[in-house]
Amino acid sequence: MVQFRTFLASAALAALATSAAQAQEIIFLSTQLRPIEEATKVRQIILKGAPGTVTFVVEEPSPFQTRMDAETQAGKRTISMVGALHGELQPLVGSQGLEPVDDLATKARERGVPDGMMALGKLGSDKQMYIPWMQATYIMAAKKEALQYLPAGADVNALTYAQLRDWAKAIQDKTGKRALGFPAGPKGLMARFLEGYLYPSYTGGVVSTFRSASAETMWGEFKALWTHVNPNSTSYDFMQEPLMAGDVMIAFDHVARLKDALNAAPGDFVTFPAPAGPKGRGFMPVVVGLGIAPGAPNRAGAAAAIEHLLKPETQVIMAKELGFFPVVKAELPADLPGGIKLLAEGVAKTQDAKDALASLLPVGLGAKGGEFNKVYMDTFQRIVLRNEPVREVLETQAKALTAIMSETKAPCWAPDKASQGACPVN
Amino acid sequence: MQQSRFVPYLLIAPATLFLTLLFVVPLVQTIALAFSDGGAPSLGNVRKMAGDLNFGLSIRNTFLLVLTVIPLQLGLALAMSMMLQKISHGRDLVLWIWSIPLGISDLAAGLVWLSILQDRGYLNSLLFAAGIIEGPTNWLSYEHPISLFVGVVLAESWRATAIVLVILVAGLQLIPAEYAEAAEIFGAKPWTRFRKITLPLLKPSIQSALILRTVLAFEVFAVVYALSGRNYPVIVGEAYAWQQVNQNNGVAAAYAMLVMAISLVATLVYLRVLRVRPETQP
Repeated sequence: MVQFRTFLASAALAALATSAAQAQEIIFLSTQLRPIEEATKVRQIILKGAPGTVTFVVEEPSPFQTRMDAETQAGKRTISMVGALHGELQPLVGSQGLEPVDDLATKARERGVPDGMMALGKLGSDKQMYIPWMQATYIMAAKKEALQYLPAGADVNALTYAQLRDWAKAIQDKTGKRALGFPAGPKGLMARFLEGYLYPSYTGGVVSTFRSASAETMWGEFKALWTHVNPNSTSYDFMQEPLMAGDVMIAFDHVARLKDALNAAPGDFVTFPAPAGPKGRGFMPVVVGLGIAPGAPNRAGAAAAIEHLLKPETQVIMAKELGFFPVVKAELPADLPGGIKLLAEGVAKTQDAKDALASLLPVGLGAKGGEFNKVYMDTFQRIVLRNEPVREVLETQAKALTAIMSETKAPCWAPDKASQGACPVN
Repeated sequence: MQQSRFVPYLLIAPATLFLTLLFVVPLVQTIALAFSDGGAPSLGNVRKMAGDLNFGLSIRNTFLLVLTVIPLQLGLALAMSMMLQKISHGRDLVLWIWSIPLGISDLAAGLVWLSILQDRGYLNSLLFAAGIIEGPTNWLSYEHPISLFVGVVLAESWRATAIVLVILVAGLQLIPAEYAEAAEIFGAKPWTRFRKITLPLLKPSIQSALILRTVLAFEVFAVVYALSGRNYPVIVGEAYAWQQVNQNNGVAAAYAMLVMAISLVATLVYLRVLRVRPETQP
């Protein structure tokens, strides 16, 4: 009986403690770091030192939007803070899912978040809508055994598109395999390759140069390169899988989507920047941001958690454990795991390339981001996969692009030259 | 007496309410979504859908698939159900095995066939071991539209023939044996008996099976998605892409309307063509 009473008492105490914890609980909803191993690391390692109780909840991008909108419409918030890609946070501005975080911006700048990245965080408004959290980019990875087929005089760290084609051709000639792969599957990030790598490298722009003469040359050359690309590319979502399976030897993808292959066999791979074209070596930095929901149940706690996540030591742990790189000033330690080290090298080589040409994620498109990508993917499908005439396709797709730009009134973003009003498709 | 008039309505009320809430309301919302733009009535979404790169292709592909798969499944299911009639021992076991695919979800069925047909799949391993091919062959890439189509047809037939079979088997059991016996006495051959007796009496079941299968076949998605990704666009796949990838639920709703319209027309056609007059029923 005594035992039973003790049990009751302790149960009551536990219940009290739980409700007290719930009062200050900070629900942190993220579209990033969804795989269970990554989410566990966030919970057990990254958020360990955070003040208050932060509950890390992950959601796919589409349910993420739905949940945020549902809470806005219901007028009842359970989520205090969100973490998502730049492009996923953008629609929340229109649907009242974010509140300004200007109070946290000064500290972030002091910590060394670059001005350009802070400007992205305004999401086209004059207030700071999110604080940059971590960054990534796209690189290339290749099996070391592929290096023997590199064309004479080519430096793997400073390839051109012509050399990449010759390399893939050499492998095909010698082994009979089409060993170059791109993530052009339904969930792959091929659109980003076209917008952030191919177009800037060849035309020096993305939107304004869409149907230029240099774009026409570019598609012609890319089509020639595609004859040496593994035809399963239209089914590849994450390039780490065909790399590990040995279906491809050279691949382009987001660092987070190459990580498993590199971690599984760091000794077998090299990483290097994407190729350069006549206008430079286009590359696209990817920013993940942290925001606070209006009417957050625990705004102060969320602000403190953001502050914790931006500490240089937290950012270094994130790089080490998760393969996302710091946005603040922080030295990466020498003892990074093999795969992450390869990724870090690839990212550094990309950013530090002499001819690097940064291309931002589309800015100011709001909910039209998906259709913007579709213009590039449709162009790719029609020209490269369906063999339609380049000039004709560029003219018709340019109309769709012009419609999106004039509807959203989005001004040009780098590397396109700044515009007055909507970015023109010249 | 007075009370009992309401009982039937009372009994169907829960089902009616349930369907109104979970079907009619979303349907009205989808119609509103498809035919409006920013709150105002508009045909913008429909125009965008009709002007889309994959619009014509997805319709062509869907119809091609339906027109190939449905007759194939009907033929197979008819043959299988007739064979079952002749089995006396272990009939239930055979029926049970044949209807296993019924219990498997579309996506899982797609993945099963993917593991068979992909580069390093069982089919390639088998052909390679038998010395027929020299290396992995890409049956499912955009470069081989025919083998891709055959793959999708195979998977779709494997997955959904069972439902037709089950309906036909149930229908066959309703046909009294006397008709066939009488015909046999008058010297009718098996093929004549099948054509003149079984088939006409089976018409109501065939009609139900065809309506069910055709409506579902127009909605085909998961199997195609698993096997081909974007390489074989179908109508529901386009609706999915507009919703999830292009993030435009207006155009996605327009595609949903299109599928519904096609399904409704197909149902009406079946009801008309396969009409069974009451006096011809057993």
